[in-house]
Order: sequence, then C-alpha cells, then structure tokens
Amino acid sequence: MKLPLSWLKDYTDIEGISNKEYDARLTMSGSKVECVEYLGEEINNVVTGEILSVEKHPDSDHLVICQLNVGKEEPVQIVTGAPNVTESSIGEICPVCLHKSTLPNGVKITKGKLRGVVSNGMMCSFQELGLDHGCVPYACDNGILFLPKGTPVGVDIKTVLGLDEYVAEFEITSNRPDCLSVIGLARETAATFNRPFNVKTPVVKGCGENINDYVSVRVDEPELCPRYTARIVKNIKIEPSPAWLRERLFAAGVRPINNIVDITNYVMLEYGQPMHAFDYACLSDGKIVVRRPQAGEAIQTLDGQDRAITDEMLAICDGSKPVAIAGVMGGANSEITENTKTVVFESACFHGTTVRLTAKALGMRTEASGRFEKGLDASLTMPALERACELVEMLGAGEVIDGVVDVCSADLTPKTLPFEPEKINALLGTDLSAETQKEYLERLEFKVEGDKVIIPSFRIDIERMCDLAEEVARIYGYDNIPVRLYAGDTTQGGLSPRQLLERMATDVCLSAGFDESMSHSFISPKFYDNINMPEDDKRRISTTILNPLGEDFSVMRTTVLPSMLDSLAHNNAHRNATASLYELGTIYTPVLKEDNTVDADKLPHEEKILTIGTYGKFNFFQLKGLIEAICTKLNIKDISFTADKENPSYHTGRCAKVYSGQTLLGTFGTIHPVVAKKYGFNTEVLAAELAMDKLAECANSVKLYQPLPKFPASTRDIAVIVDDAIPAADMQKAIEQAAGNILESVKLFDVYKGKGIAEGKKSVAYSMSLRAADRTLKDEECDNAMQKAIKALEEKFGATLRS
Amino acid sequence: MKQQLEAILSNAKNELSETQNARELDAVRVKYLGKKGELTAILKGMKNVAPEERPVIGQLVNDVRAELEAALEKQGEKLEQSALEEKLKSEALDVTMPAEQITLGHKHPLSVVLDEIKDIFIGLGFQIAEGPEVEYDHYNFEALNIPKEHPARDTQDTFYISDNVVLRTQTSPVQVRVMENQKPPIRIIAPGRVFRSDAVDATHSPLFHQIEGLVVDKNITMSDLKGILELFAKRLYGENTVVRFRPHHFPFTEPSAEMDIQCYQCHGEGCRLCKGEGWIEILGCGMVHPKVLETCNIDPEVYSGYAFGIGLERTVMGRFKIDDIRLFYENDVRFLHQF
Repeated sequence: MKLPLSWLKDYTDIEGISNKEYDARLTMSGSKVECVEYLGEEINNVVTGEILSVEKHPDSDHLVICQLNVGKEEPVQIVTGAPNVTESSIGEICPVCLHKSTLPNGVKITKGKLRGVVSNGMMCSFQELGLDHGCVPYACDNGILFLPKGTPVGVDIKTVLGLDEYVAEFEITSNRPDCLSVIGLARETAATFNRPFNVKTPVVKGCGENINDYVSVRVDEPELCPRYTARIVKNIKIEPSPAWLRERLFAAGVRPINNIVDITNYVMLEYGQPMHAFDYACLSDGKIVVRRPQAGEAIQTLDGQDRAITDEMLAICDGSKPVAIAGVMGGANSEITENTKTVVFESACFHGTTVRLTAKALGMRTEASGRFEKGLDASLTMPALERACELVEMLGAGEVIDGVVDVCSADLTPKTLPFEPEKINALLGTDLSAETQKEYLERLEFKVEGDKVIIPSFRIDIERMCDLAEEVARIYGYDNIPVRLYAGDTTQGGLSPRQLLERMATDVCLSAGFDESMSHSFISPKFYDNINMPEDDKRRISTTILNPLGEDFSVMRTTVLPSMLDSLAHNNAHRNATASLYELGTIYTPVLKEDNTVDADKLPHEEKILTIGTYGKFNFFQLKGLIEAICTKLNIKDISFTADKENPSYHTGRCAKVYSGQTLLGTFGTIHPVVAKKYGFNTEVLAAELAMDKLAECANSVKLYQPLPKFPASTRDIAVIVDDAIPAADMQKAIEQAAGNILESVKLFDVYKGKGIAEGKKSVAYSMSLRAADRTLKDEECDNAMQKAIKALEEKFGATLRS
Repeated sequence: MKQQLEAILSNAKNELSETQNARELDAVRVKYLGKKGELTAILKGMKNVAPEERPVIGQLVNDVRAELEAALEKQGEKLEQSALEEKLKSEALDVTMPAEQITLGHKHPLSVVLDEIKDIFIGLGFQIAEGPEVEYDHYNFEALNIPKEHPARDTQDTFYISDNVVLRTQTSPVQVRVMENQKPPIRIIAPGRVFRSDAVDATHSPLFHQIEGLVVDKNITMSDLKGILELFAKRLYGENTVVRFRPHHFPFTEPSAEMDIQCYQCHGEGCRLCKGEGWIEILGCGMVHPKVLETCNIDPEVYSGYAFGIGLERTVMGRFKIDDIRLFYENDVRFLHQF
C-alpha cells in the first residue's frame, strides 16, 4: 500500500514528524513501512519556462533554436528537435532542464552544442519526467510537454506536477484489510503519535428524482453478498479528473483514466472499499441481480479477455446477462465510455473466500479482489458510496439521483468483548493500569464501556482477549514490555538418546574426513533408472507431489543413493579430484493400498539413511573400515559382512551387506560401473547406505571395563593355501572356533596369489594372539591351539600348510 | 718405573685427545688397559718389583689407571655429544616446507549454525523435537488456526500429496504434535526441512530449514518470549547485539511479532546489507494463540506459551555472507571445506 503523505493530512496531523521518525514509529506500532520515497527524487534543476522565440537552426532542417524565459533576467537558449515545437509554440510553458539537471533513470543534462549552436539544457516530455499520460491528459504523445496556460514560470517542475510528494510504502499484514486505505493508515498514524483523527461524513446534495425509478437490485446469494449498495448519477460528463486528484492517484501508484473511473479508484484507496461503475444504459431491464452464473454463461472482462464463469463464482447480472464478476472485475459490456450518460455506482460487500477462489480460478488477481478476499466490513459500503457521490458533485461530473439502494443481510451490530485489563497484563508481562489500556484502545476507536469493549466494525480481526492485548501492546510499544529471562518449572534440556547416536555416527564420518552433504528430498522418477533400480522394485512406488515444480522435483525419494551420486557427480564435473560425503538423509516409503498403489491420504514412513559416497581417495576396504568404526563407536556387537551379488546399483563382486547378528544394517560397495558412467565417472565410486533406525536398534549404550591383561600374550602365525573362492571371514571364524578360549584375537595379514601358488588357489596368512588371564601360556598350549586351528582349516576348507 | 708410568699416562692422554670416534677411543683403551695393554703389562710385571716397593708402585699404577679411565670416560662423553650434535644437524628439516594434510571432514554450514543454535537452547532447558516432513493438512494448517480457505494458504505455496496430505510448509506443525503428546511444562525446539513451491534462484529454494520453538507453562508472558529470544540473539550474533520486536501477524500466535537485529554491518545507519532499513529480520514469534492451545486440549485459562520460528538458510547466509542459496544443496567440496 502506497500512501502519499499529503493525503494523510486530510485526516490527521503529522506536522513536525520527520520522515525517518514516521517510518520508525509506524513500523513499531504494527504498520510496517518498507520505505518512504520522494516522488521527485531524481528530478533536479528542472523548472518551468515560457517559449519566447523559435528560430530555424542554420545547419539543420529538423532542429530549432528557442529562447525561454525561466524567471531569470536573461532568457535561456535551447536547441530542440521536438516535432511539436514550432513558431506557433511561442507563449507555451514547458519543463526546462537547465545546465546540470537530472531526470529519472539517471539521466543527466548539461549544456552543449547541437550542430554548432549552444544549447543550455533541454525541454522535456512527460515520459522523460517519468509520468503517465493519465497524469497530464492535455499533453501530446510525442514531443515536449506543454503545461496548462497560467502555469507560473521559473518554478520547480516538481511543485507544478505534484512530484513534490513523499510516499510511504507499507507492508500490511493479511489480518488488517482496514489498513489498505488512507483513512485506516491515518487512524494508525493518529493513534501512534497520539494526534487528532477526523473523518468527515460525506455530504451529497442530490438532484431529485428517485433511484427506485431507475434500478431494482435483487441479491440471490446473501451469504456471498451480505450487502449491496448502489447510487445512480445522471448527465455524466466524462473528462479528465482535476490535477489534485490525478496527482494523488499517481502518487499512490494508480493510473488516472477519467473522472468516473478515477473516483472509484480514489474512494477505494481512501476508504479501502472497492467500487465499481456500470454504464446504466447497458443494464437491460434496469435490473441488478447478484447471483451465481448459470451453466454456459461467459463474460468479457474489462481487460478484453473472455472468461468462462462457473456456478462456484458470483456474478453481478442485469435482467439477462452477467455484467461483472463480483469483487474481481467488471464486464466490457457495461464499461464506462466517452458516451456514458448515466452511471450506477456499486459499493458492495462480497464473501472473501468466494472472491479469492474466483480470482484464483480465473488467474486474475485484481486490486479489488485482493481487498475483498481478506474480508471487508459491511458497514463500509455506505460511507464509501456517499464519498463517491460527493466527489461527483465536487468535480461537476454529473448529477446524483436521490435515494440509495441498500440490500443488506449482514448483521451490523457491533461486536463486544469483556474488558479484562489484568488478563491483558498477565499475557504481556506488563503492569498497565486499566485507564491506560482504555486510552490505548480508544485511540484505535475501540469504545470501553464499563467491563465491555465495543469493537469498531472495521476491525474484523478482533475476536478474543489476546487480540485486544496485541492492540494494547503495540500502542504501548513492544519494546517497552519488560524482559524476563526464565519463568515456569525448570525443564531438562538435551538431546534424546537417539539424537545422540545420530551425532556419534556422523562424528565418525567427520573424523574420517567425510564432509556432510544435504540434498533435496524430492527427486525425478528417472533417478531410479539412473541407479539401475529394477522395473518391478517396490521402491519405485513413491509418494508423488500433485503440483511439483517440475519432473525433477516430483516424487519423494525412497533412496538417498541417487542424490548422493548426483552430489559426487557435481564435484567430479567441477574437476574436484576427490570428494567424500555423508548425508543423514530422509527417505519416504509410502503406505500402499491393496492394489500396490500409493495411499496418498496416509503419511509415508519417514526414515533416516546414513548415506556415504566417495571417489578418488578411499578404496573398498577403507570404506568397510569406516563402517566398522561407526559400529565400534555405537558399540554395535556381532558385526558380519556377506557378499551381495544381487544389488543392481553396485558392482556384482564388490558389494556387501553388513549385519549385526541377524539384523541387516545396510549395504555398501563399489557402484556398478554402468551406474557410475551415467553420473560421468570412469573411475571407482563407492557408496554405503546404512539404516539409522537399525544402527540405533543395535547400538549398546552399556560399556563395561575389561581389566588390562597381567600376563604376556604369545603369537603364532599360520599360512595356508586354499581355494581362491573361500571367504576370508569364514576361515577366520573357523580359527576362532577351533583355537579355544586362549585365542585373544586373530588377524589376516597377508593374501597372496600368483607365482608359486597354483591357479585358482591363494595363500592366506593369519596371526593369532594367544593369552590367558591367569597365567603365562606355555609353548605347548600355544602350539596346541595353533594345531587345532590348522586342523580346522584343513577339514573345513581343504587347506594345506604353506611350506 | 715412575717415569715409565708417567710417560704412559702422558702418551695415552695425547692419543685420547686425538680420537675422533668411539672406535678410535676403544683402540686407545685396548692399547693401554686391554689384556695386552701397556699398563696391564706393568701390572703383570709387579711380581718383579721388590716387595718393599710394591705398595708404592701399586698405588702409583692404580692412580695412573684411574686417571686414564676418567680421561677415557670424559673423552667418550665428549665424542658422544659431538656425535649427537652431528646427528641432529643431519636430521634438520626445512620447517617451512608444506605440511602433509590430515583430512578432517567438514560439517555442512547449515549444520554448523544449527548445532550452535541447538546448543544455545539445550543450555536453556529445551529439548529437540522432531516431526514428519510429509504432514497432514490438519497439523500444518487446520490446527494452527489456518482453516481450509484461509488466504495464508495461498501465500505459502504448498506442495500437495492429496487433499489431506502436504509437504509441511513450516515446522510449526511439530508444536501441535508435541502439545498433543506432552503436558506442560513444554520447552522444545524443532529444527527441520520445510517445503514451498518457490522456483529455484539465488534467494529461493523449494526446500529450506526452519527452527521452531515452543514454550508452554503457567504464567508464561510476552516478557519471557522477549527474554529468551534476546538472549538467543546475543549468543548467536554477539553480546553487543541490539534487538527489536515489531508487531506482525501469524494466525497461530497472538500477539505476534517479528524480531529484528540491528544491522551488524552499519549498526542501524542503513546499508546495502539491510536494504537501508538498519535492521535485519531474524525470526517470527508470538504468544501461542488460545485456539491452538484448545485444539491440543490445553486450557488457555490455565496455561500460556510462546512460539517462534527461525529461517536457518537466511541466518547462515547472513553469518557467512553466502549470496546464493543453491550452494547449500550442490555439495561442492570447495564450498563445504570453507566451514
């Protein structure tokens, strides 16, 4: 909402308040000022000048040399090529940009020579001054702006064209449609600065006759139109509005058009009540019917668009056809034209939601619909209508027929609330007397009578005590409310055990040199193809967004893997030699209906997956080491790994599932080269997907101290030759089982294939550490354990000792 | 005899002083004190000495031996010292050469600041609550006093899954879920992802993060709201931070406010960072609307509370002077490594 400050002065007094203070105080009392702009900010050193002479330029056919009186002793010589400056222009008054003047859009004017003749500035057009044609209806389209006769000479152009004006731009919250008006903001201004506030009741003289002889109004949908008021003006003389009205509209950001249209806009800005004017001659049968459109009805709106309207909307119709879409826009069929003789002014209250949905459905949000949709005060239609008619008489634009049509089903009795100063203090933490609170409320036109507060009709947002508390607080000043640090029972802050586990798991990734990444929760269904997900994989059934930004953001992911690969690909594409990332990302598994389609009315199951991805640095076993480190940190016991040849996203020979006991924690490995290639990689890319829920389920918070050994350990090494296909983990398990309880640990330290080892075989070497808690082991005990281990390997895997 | 001994001692000392290393030193030791050494030979020859002279000569030999041993030890120490010095010298490094990198992972900048914020509130007795990102319309809107046809729904540009299910547009639904499941006193913050149908550009992302806060108890007032949020701002932005609370409107709080901090670049004068306003908007807040409390079966006549919501991306962008929101979701390590 743009508010020209001079308009404000019609209703309240802002004398002695600087723009900066105005801006700051209004913002702090709840009407946020975005900025205060000076309309003529960019126009400097431009004055009015009278053309004294026009002579031909000696060296040019299209240039002329003018002498202008700009109120100084010497005339100013200016050379121009403007088509409308001829000898007949002598005596015209126009804007003159003197040497070192400025115009909008950073234009600077200095003196110079045009074809050898000195020009001490420039005469300019209304466009160059940043004006709209509606501001200067007398101007020609192409050429210098000739001002009306009698314009004083030698004065600042800004004062002549209404540009010497400050305009405050407000950001008004949706609960305060009453503040989308000059009067509403004047009320807030007056309350904020504790200054007088006066709104005069409009006075309409009338010209006799009776409106009922002209028009009848029927409202078929009182729910959607609680009030419809109208007046008629005859003998209309369509012409430009006077300068003061045009200037105010322009300053408020509205293009001046003609007196009747301008009046409706002026009243809308002043009162916040949208109005509409119909050409009476276009209303068949002198009827106005407010009804829902019938099937097949259509209307061409004022913007020239044909609109199909439905029975979900509300139309203003005459005896036969729609002439306006209620609260949104008028119809072309009843538009005010130069030939209009009689006008119907409509000032009505429409149902906000219907207007909003209509405007949305038609894709045409208008100034009017934006106000109606917030809900307007039904009491407002009448004063606004009267003001419009008053302006008609004031401008001599026509004669107002006596009488008003007022079809009203709205309850106009004022709302009341109990006056509860103690409760207000208790909510705010203040100690304001009842008197003070009453005074604050009355500044905003609430009436406090005994223990009741009467709510002004325009405050549709006030429903409860807390709303009154806000009114008191903002006039008192939020900044004056005392600050208190802590009240109420103490509570224990902290992370939940689950949140701590998440922090521990991600801390391991960080300390291993992995960076945290974050990716979008919605992906393209194509992402599933990218990771080779089979067509019949259930994870392809995803929660789908009905109105996505595009296909790339259309489904809620059921896996974080493609997002992770995408992030790695971004790094690779930007020539980062290596990237190692982790994301504790959420996946969304939909609830399925019996036919295996998504039940979109149920919330999907959300689960966090610790997803890890890396290229250019770590190998398979280092990634495996990271996973083991996470398990160690979370104290997850009984970890085992099995080869997974079936996962289509991963390398068939380099993928493993990780378990704790029987619980599957996740999958990791080298990304399948075909998948990697889709992401632009020719080198190895590794990833891991660990279910955070499962990690948490298997985590052990209990840690007990194990006494440090008192006796030394002995070591024995075994090297055997086995079939290449025998998994190392199985052999290790066999050793652990066979060697007995003096086996402290066993470590694989060498695997060798090649020269000296038969084809299809490998040499595997383990180092056993043996120890007893209560004695130093004897050599025989150790040898014995080693023999048992060797025997087990021989029996289970056909191993032979490597000699 | 005496002269002979003195000659031995003097020769030995001379030779010792010439030694350059442990091997040469040992050669001297062997030459004089070894089994076939010169001094040893004299000792062996003692049996030829007249018995009455033996004690005197014996004493003399022992003295020479002791002196020689001391000299040997001294020279040994000296040689050891210089060998050590030699070794250190040879091992000297150019300490200005580049380090071998130890690679630590970097937290995402959003997490860096979020963790700070969490720690501040945890210290004030808050717990961390969580809620679903795909949410019922009821929790995201209805229960927050935003009924079906409320205009606020348009401005929030909601992604819909069905008529009843949306991607949450705010973290505020967590308030409702917490209040349904927990009785006062309640002190929580709920950080998380929210979604709005904004096309991607430098300042808009369809996905961003908010941190919701909620306190409900007896006798909670707007003073408490101001107190905790002012403290929060000082902890996050520095002790000298100046804040202001400005009336605003949210359907689920009344009275409502926005908290601004005085621009940390221009200190309120107005600059490009604060778009000339002198203030930077940090968060929205207010006293929990009694309708919201009632929806959650908390009696507004007994309990009151406050709530606030902080936009994480904007906070982080301000902190690190990041000018493009898209960087957060590209995960370029050159970006991540800066935090």
